[in-house]
Amino acid sequence: MATATETSARGAAPHPDVTSYSDVNRDILAILQRPGKGWWALFGLATAGVGLMFFSWGIQLVKGIGVAGISKPVGWGVYITTFVFWVGIAHSGTLVSAILFLFRAPWRQSIYRAAEAMTVFAVMTAGLFPLIHVGRPWLAYWLVPYPNARFLWPNFRSPLVWDVFAVTTYFTVSATFFYLGTIPDIAAAREAATGLRKKFYQFISLGWRGTDREWHHFGKAYIFLAALATPLVLSVHSVVSWDFAMGITPGWHATIFAPYFVAGAIFSGMAMVITLTVPLRKVFGLQAYLTTKHYDAMAKLILLTSMIVLYAYLTEFFMAWYSGEEIERTSFWDRLFGSYWWATWTMLVCNGIVPIMLWFKRVRHSIPALFVISIFINIGMWFERFVIIVVSQHHEFVPFAWGVYRPSMVEMGILIGSFAWFGFWFLIFCRLLPPVAIAELKEVLPAPMRRKEAVDHG
Amino acid sequence: MADKGGGVLASFEFLDSTVDAIHELKDAGYKNLRAYMPFPDHHIEEALGYGESAVRVWTLVGGLTGAATGFALTIWTSMDWPLVTGGKPIVSIPAYVVIAFEMAVLFGALATLIGVFVLGRLPHTKPTIVYDAEFQSGRFGLYVTAQGDDLDEARRILQRHEPSLLSEDPEGAHVQ
Repeated sequence: MATATETSARGAAPHPDVTSYSDVNRDILAILQRPGKGWWALFGLATAGVGLMFFSWGIQLVKGIGVAGISKPVGWGVYITTFVFWVGIAHSGTLVSAILFLFRAPWRQSIYRAAEAMTVFAVMTAGLFPLIHVGRPWLAYWLVPYPNARFLWPNFRSPLVWDVFAVTTYFTVSATFFYLGTIPDIAAAREAATGLRKKFYQFISLGWRGTDREWHHFGKAYIFLAALATPLVLSVHSVVSWDFAMGITPGWHATIFAPYFVAGAIFSGMAMVITLTVPLRKVFGLQAYLTTKHYDAMAKLILLTSMIVLYAYLTEFFMAWYSGEEIERTSFWDRLFGSYWWATWTMLVCNGIVPIMLWFKRVRHSIPALFVISIFINIGMWFERFVIIVVSQHHEFVPFAWGVYRPSMVEMGILIGSFAWFGFWFLIFCRLLPPVAIAELKEVLPAPMRRKEAVDHG
Repeated sequence: MADKGGGVLASFEFLDSTVDAIHELKDAGYKNLRAYMPFPDHHIEEALGYGESAVRVWTLVGGLTGAATGFALTIWTSMDWPLVTGGKPIVSIPAYVVIAFEMAVLFGALATLIGVFVLGRLPHTKPTIVYDAEFQSGRFGLYVTAQGDDLDEARRILQRHEPSLLSEDPEGAHVQ
């Protein structure tokens, strides 16, 4: 935080159309005013989708897990695929808020609040899926180590238990990070609000006044939380990948999995940041804060991770061939040309081929083009998880045990509903908390000086 | 720690005025200064002269406690009901590192949050007597605790830097 002034001195002003501190307050806090028609339409749609999700889940709770298409040999289907998808989405939020903070990337200020909120809601969405998948969510507490009458403890050698710890920690830490970073901005919103809203902001801003003492400890805590969140985010998707890599299923049992999953997570999450911020920018008129410069930087990150992901795909195929392992070879042949060829090719095209367009500056500077590409990547990354999880299981060792899995209506309802559930929270967030970080934007603006020669002792 | 008595709060439009006022007040021997900022400006922090924040101790202790808890939990529960799975040792340290790491991060982060609250005196529930809502927007503030002649002198120094607002605090209950 302390280097903000250097940042602004180093390069051109990141937000040339924003000149004063009060402009920032005015523009960002305006978002919290009365919602427009577009917001209500989206909110209605999201609420309907959440209804669909709980309706579908309700059917499954009443009739049992049999209404889902998962059975032998594919025991992990759409639910686990979607779980991994949403955990992956969460990752780029932490990347933007923590890792880019530590690297002092000057373009993160405008997007990080939205990205951080995305992290929290994406983990919230992801967290539902193991509960849905286990079939009897009321017994989910069995995963938690607590002294019980059976004197049994979870098996801490199991990656599934690691995952419980990793995802719970991830949710708690990202929510903590998100909340702490928002406190000063809630205080800014508090001063502009009236009535019940003011009461609410007063309560959750904890009476923040912006004193030197508050900022001093806040700044240090922010750095430490970023430093904790950075290895955490890498560990979480590594642990998720070990859910698979620790199993001997062909297509899963590979040491490449942890970095492969982490790169994929950042790739998909960055795409989701674009998918979310493009409408946000348009609806709330944030063009001065989210400039093509920001999108260009995000696009470059997507391009990089896309190449890592494509490299990982090719490595997988190469290793299957080069290992000479018959079962591994058949499994990967099946990926490309078997029952699920369409899923694999969707993955390869969306994640490996479509992002090649980002090599061109004209594409990176065209926001509609980026929006469309980001949708392709979202689809492609869902299919990547589908390919890894479902396609690997359907074609294991014994030909007798091969089988094809088709998602049921209930599973599709929950999948579609999960997007609505995520959107539901995100839409509420946009109206309740400043979706662009007010205080941090001010750090990169030139400070108002009475004298021409500024206090510039760094 | 705040001596009972008066205080004065100035709000400034300009960063350099605030920094100059801090320097001048410090030179004049005033110690009980409190600044307000819309964002953490390091010029002001440097002018006030801050050491390292003690938050780091909270983070470290929290993290170490978490790691210890993670190892203790996994090792103790494995010994409590020894069950061989997959031919692995009862105490499988590499596997438990994952749990210990996650617990270290969890405890470290929560301790950091509590640390900010304790050290930054949050939540702040006392009613503010003098305050400028503009501190959350664009203005910088400087609050000086002083009595009698010292207070008059402080007011004069602040005035010299052309504050946009100067509010008197008869009770001095503001600073803590």
